[in-house]
Amino acid sequence: MSHRLGTGGRLIDRARPMDFTFNGKSMRGYAGDSLGAALLGAGQVLVGRSFKYHRPRGIVASGAEEPNALVGLGEGQRFEPNQRVTTTELFSGLKAVSQNHWPSLEFDVGAVNAKLWRFFPAGFYYKTFISPRPLWKHVYEPIIRRSAGLGKAPDAETRDADRYEQLYAYCDVIVAGGGVAGLKAARQAADEGKRVILTEQNPHFGGRAVVDGIEVEGQAAEDWVKAQVAALQAMPNVTVLDRTMVSGVYDHGYVLAYQRVADHTPGAEKPRHRLWRVRAGQVISATGAIERPLSFAGNDIPGVMLASAIRDFVVNYAVSPGKKVAIVTNNDDAYRTALALHAVGVTVPAVIDARKEVTGDLPAKARAAGIRVIEDCAVRYVEGGKSVTGVQLCRFNSDGGAVIETLACDALGMSGGWSPVVHLWSHCGGKLTWDEGRALFRPDANRPPLGHDGQGFVTCVGASNGEFDDEGEAAMLPVWLMPAQASYELRAKAWLDPQNDVKVSDVQLAAKEGYASVEHTKRYTTLGMATDQGKLSNINGLAILSDALGQPIPQTGTTTFRPPYTPISIGAIGGEARGGIFQPLRKTPIYDWHMAQGAYWEPVGHWRRPYCYPKTGETHGDAVKREINQVRKSVGLLDASTLGKIIVKGPDAGRFMDMLYTNMMSNLKVGKCRYGLMCNENGFLSDDGVVARLSEDTFLCHTTSGGADRIHGWMEDWLQCEWWDWKVHVVNLTEQYAQIAVVGPNARKVIEKVGADFDLSAESFPFMDWKEGKIGGIEARAFRISFSGELSYEIAVPASKGQAFWDKLMAAGAEFGVMPYGTEALHVMRAEKGFIMIGDETDGTVIPQDLGLNWAISKKKEDFLGKRGMEREAMVSPDRWQLVGLETLDGSVLPDGALAPLPGKNDNGQQETQGRVTSTYFSPTLGKGIAMGIVHNGPKRMGEVIQFQSAAGGTVAARIVDPCFYDKAGEKQNV
Amino acid sequence: MTRYSAFAIAREAMRQHTGWQKAWASPEPKAHYDVVIVGAGGHGLATAYYLGKNFGITNVAIIEKGWLGGGNTGRNTTIIRSNYLQDPSAAIYEKARSLYETMSQDLNYNVMFSPRGVMMLAQTEHEVRGYKRTEMANKLQGVETRFIGPAEVKRLVPIMNIEGPRYPVLGALWQARGGTARHDAVAWGYARACSAMGMHVIQNCEVIGVESVGGQVSAVATTKGTIGCNKLGIVVAGHSGHLANMAGFRLPIESVALQAMVSEPIKPAMDVVVMANTVHGYMSQSDKGEMVIGGGADHFNNYTQRGSWQHIEETVRALIETFPMLSRLKMLRQWGGIVDMTGDRSPIISKTPLGNTFINCGWGTGGFKAIPGSGWAMAELIAKGEPGSLARDFSMFRFREGRFIDESVAAGVAH
Amino acid sequence: MLLLTCPCCGVSAEETEFTNGGEAHLKRFGPGSSDADYEAYMFARKNPRGVHFERWRHAYGCGKWFLMARDTMTLEVYGAYKAQTTEPPADIQAKIKARRPEWEGYK
Repeated sequence: MSHRLGTGGRLIDRARPMDFTFNGKSMRGYAGDSLGAALLGAGQVLVGRSFKYHRPRGIVASGAEEPNALVGLGEGQRFEPNQRVTTTELFSGLKAVSQNHWPSLEFDVGAVNAKLWRFFPAGFYYKTFISPRPLWKHVYEPIIRRSAGLGKAPDAETRDADRYEQLYAYCDVIVAGGGVAGLKAARQAADEGKRVILTEQNPHFGGRAVVDGIEVEGQAAEDWVKAQVAALQAMPNVTVLDRTMVSGVYDHGYVLAYQRVADHTPGAEKPRHRLWRVRAGQVISATGAIERPLSFAGNDIPGVMLASAIRDFVVNYAVSPGKKVAIVTNNDDAYRTALALHAVGVTVPAVIDARKEVTGDLPAKARAAGIRVIEDCAVRYVEGGKSVTGVQLCRFNSDGGAVIETLACDALGMSGGWSPVVHLWSHCGGKLTWDEGRALFRPDANRPPLGHDGQGFVTCVGASNGEFDDEGEAAMLPVWLMPAQASYELRAKAWLDPQNDVKVSDVQLAAKEGYASVEHTKRYTTLGMATDQGKLSNINGLAILSDALGQPIPQTGTTTFRPPYTPISIGAIGGEARGGIFQPLRKTPIYDWHMAQGAYWEPVGHWRRPYCYPKTGETHGDAVKREINQVRKSVGLLDASTLGKIIVKGPDAGRFMDMLYTNMMSNLKVGKCRYGLMCNENGFLSDDGVVARLSEDTFLCHTTSGGADRIHGWMEDWLQCEWWDWKVHVVNLTEQYAQIAVVGPNARKVIEKVGADFDLSAESFPFMDWKEGKIGGIEARAFRISFSGELSYEIAVPASKGQAFWDKLMAAGAEFGVMPYGTEALHVMRAEKGFIMIGDETDGTVIPQDLGLNWAISKKKEDFLGKRGMEREAMVSPDRWQLVGLETLDGSVLPDGALAPLPGKNDNGQQETQGRVTSTYFSPTLGKGIAMGIVHNGPKRMGEVIQFQSAAGGTVAARIVDPCFYDKAGEKQNV
Repeated sequence: MTRYSAFAIAREAMRQHTGWQKAWASPEPKAHYDVVIVGAGGHGLATAYYLGKNFGITNVAIIEKGWLGGGNTGRNTTIIRSNYLQDPSAAIYEKARSLYETMSQDLNYNVMFSPRGVMMLAQTEHEVRGYKRTEMANKLQGVETRFIGPAEVKRLVPIMNIEGPRYPVLGALWQARGGTARHDAVAWGYARACSAMGMHVIQNCEVIGVESVGGQVSAVATTKGTIGCNKLGIVVAGHSGHLANMAGFRLPIESVALQAMVSEPIKPAMDVVVMANTVHGYMSQSDKGEMVIGGGADHFNNYTQRGSWQHIEETVRALIETFPMLSRLKMLRQWGGIVDMTGDRSPIISKTPLGNTFINCGWGTGGFKAIPGSGWAMAELIAKGEPGSLARDFSMFRFREGRFIDESVAAGVAH
Repeated sequence: MLLLTCPCCGVSAEETEFTNGGEAHLKRFGPGSSDADYEAYMFARKNPRGVHFERWRHAYGCGKWFLMARDTMTLEVYGAYKAQTTEPPADIQAKIKARRPEWEGYK
């Protein structure tokens, strides 16, 4: 049984015990422990269940590669599933629960799957549950889905109690990995004066060297590392980050580093995670190597661990996985584990070595220490259930039929050699090469990931580059299956991927069935698709696959390494952008006032506009009705500040305007306004608005609220890229002005009361004119334009004066019952007038001609944007639907988007149609439903009654009428 | 071909699974076929399958430069729906959806079609109107959809925050019979069925040239030699422009990278597919328990199939806002796929300037859901030389004529 | 996340500061042009695997449009130049040729 040793543990502080619970059971560890170490130290070997067979699972590794030991951590708003115990730092009060079992970890009903393993080979679900079809839908699929997943989902109403932050950083060199290779690389770059960021995923530096106790540059590794870290921390051009993992390398040297700031101090006033978004000149990957497991039967039983992990637990935490720990290996390095165990008094019954003859220095030391070494030997089978009880041995070159010995032990360390961690090299396209001698994939220096300049920008150093400090070690023997000719029964119990339950036999079956590409094998068997993304399993799996296909390993290749290196929290990806500011929020100068009035908001792009201003007890519909009635009867105010305002200025401004708009703009007189349409080069209507000519060479273009930035970009595009010799410039002044529409029969009176220094009378300031001056002492530009059909002044004032001006209007309007109105009232009133709305009457497929806007398309101009597009066959077809007004016979409101069905179906079985509703509202002014729509040949069918879809599912009769329902002659706006 | 069934598995279990045959044969190419399909993704394989099934044409090779199903078929977020606005789109996607319902039985391969329901959130007044319009159109198109209110949205998706501070959920367009399927299995099932009909699925065979005589293609040059054909079908998604260049014509296609990611697996938390176009994100939970999340596309031409970052970040922010509990999960893996975007974002199933050559491409971000319908329509086009009712409106010449099929009004950016 | 350098203001910045405007050096065909020319201008795209000439705007910087040669397979940037240019500058073409001898030229 695993246990805490009496002495040692370079990372723990025995003076600071920490209490925690696992599945509700109280346990004790020490400051400096990982949760994994604390669990093992407390004797907890069984920590979870596997995905498919619900097999018992224990800790295999000591770091990020751990596939098995995942727990749910924390509670309530801080609960998080799938936390790896080997990289979770222990803290007092930690609460962990194991995953994927019912009713309990020790007794799991799902484990019946394991008994039926013969019936659940790789990809079995593709071959069954096929018929009958209803059973799939109602029985099989629901069962499969219910058994999905590992960790418990956080509660549906979870609102993460932690915060996250993001930082930008720039450096010449980022070094991933704080082992000896990384420290050396960082120091070298720093000494050259480069800006360096050094990251280490653990809370401590030194990598394997400090565990193995080697010497570096004549110094004990521990001391050397300490000195180097201190030196780097003291350098002004170096940022040293612990608990920080480079999670991904992206194009052109964009690097993400994931810092776990406060995972070990939950509830502290710190961000939990910090995501560094680094732009690096060079990335140095000093990410080390990961030890490979060996594939033998029963290698998934709790207590079977990587040999290096055992060493880590012993040296770092003074924890041994057992009292009697055997080692199985194909290389010399594993003897370090045997020696480390021996040194702390743990019995090592034998080192089982697959090699015929074992000759290196380390085995010699082991033998000298009295450790038994069994050559040319393999683990045939591990005995035990929820923990190891012994191992059966056989000759390595055999099918495992003959057991040569059974060794009693309660844990087993395994080592199949080492695989460089090449993820960061590969994320952005770096290629690998197969090192035959060491049987590993390493970075191919000739094919690095390329940066913006076409040069490689990632370098691997140390073990990550396939360089090992293994002088005096004998060659390893590549071992992909143990024993070499293991029988089916053994192969079917030799795990490759312990989390997803993929075994040697599964990969062989995939190959047999033709899933021969490494990607097919992965996807068919789910090999390497678990939360560890194959860090332990992939190399063994593809060696088995290569063998099954009879081809060398490099020909099989690897699957693609994708970011992140290990999973990163979604909270950190979101960063600070959550809640009300999860996207940028654009506010008009009068925003706070609207808010104080209890406006109901409508998002328009990143803007928010008041939809209406409901009073206590009012529905939104009531509010809209009241607002409309008040405008039509007296006066209302609209915050129109979001409207786009773009200045077009220069000697060629008129010429440019004529290209932008479908109608003629160059002949607009100074002081006048004109409604205009803009189309894209396809001829589709893209924006509309009123243009004012401010001076001979200056136009002010009003665009839709959503269109301002797009249209400004569009203008710049044409001026810079097509007509760059034209003397025009454009400026987007949308946010420089607040714009307020004063609308209604009493509009003039309100403004007069505020006090204008120019004549507001109809004679001197008629409809479609604009004037500049002071109103209420504030510089203003007033436009006599109307989107409602009422007497209306749209008045622009400097943004900083917007609120003051609004206040003056409200005060002056009080005696007329002035009230603000929102976008919905605006929409209804424009529909009453038959004015089109971009986005309602248009949807990117509508040309101006469809909307009866031929009058706004100049026949005189040789060219304007969209003219060629409108000349195409389908655009000039007489069969296009065209704009009309629609009135139901019963006065009801037509449903949004209702179509006018015709008898008959097309050859795809779809009902034929002859028109559709584009805008539909209840008109408080007319006391009935009104609508606009486009109908086949509509304008020629005035008075005709046709059927539209009704809300109830049937049809409703509507008469085709003129789209203008209110004051067709324009007498109200033109006063 | 051994039929797959529970009995077959039981039989094999007793003999160490030694009796399974190859799912598809891996023959060397012949010198000539009646039809050569370039591209063994879902669309190419489905085209071949329906050539055989509906028209009895089985002297067919499907050639693939990498591994079959290795393009967008194996990289997408597996959403299946047909709640499209425009008639031609609704027709082909609904055909596809209905074929998905019986695909496992048709192919004797469980593609795990899961009609769990697809929900498209309306988070602005404009979206509400857009989806109500789609609902109306769908009624006449024979597509079952329904606009539902916020309370029903919450009932269907308890982890959703329908009262977000910026974009409260105003309703959703709900297609109960939409859902997901296992993407790889669709390619594998079709490949197995094609192989069983005697067709040749040839992997690791890249087209390096197109040979034509008098406006007709006679053969394709490949890394496995020259392969002659009477008819050629090009079904290569993101690489369509490249193939068209070889064949001597240009397409209204640009290839960009679309981003996607999955979380670590968790126990079932969301039973339906949710798409949120205002905030640019969509999400479902796979049968393994991962939250499968689709993001936006990079806006520049790109063939690298790599994940980029900014769209993932943007999507994740939106999804945290919509599903706050996601904040406590972790991202397991991100990747990119190369999608082929047309001038109106709708696909092309079309004759080409070369008489005996046909092209199927431009599915953009939404091709997976169309696979069987697309194959059905493309097979008809190749067999008859003229498009049938499903393909007719998807001609590559529609842009010149101004006959767009624009879904942007209702579909937004995401598929 | 590309790292781009604006040739107008000289700033190197993240891709998110820029907007892409598609293929460069397209000739506009307006009223009176043939269907084929109009279609070529509006829709037909080279969409090459390899060297690509494209338009970018430094939208959240100096606001200028510019043109750029970039490889769509490796994302290497060969050079950026002013939008007011009718064909790629000789030095950029020479650089591409040196990096990609098999390149057939920008036409």
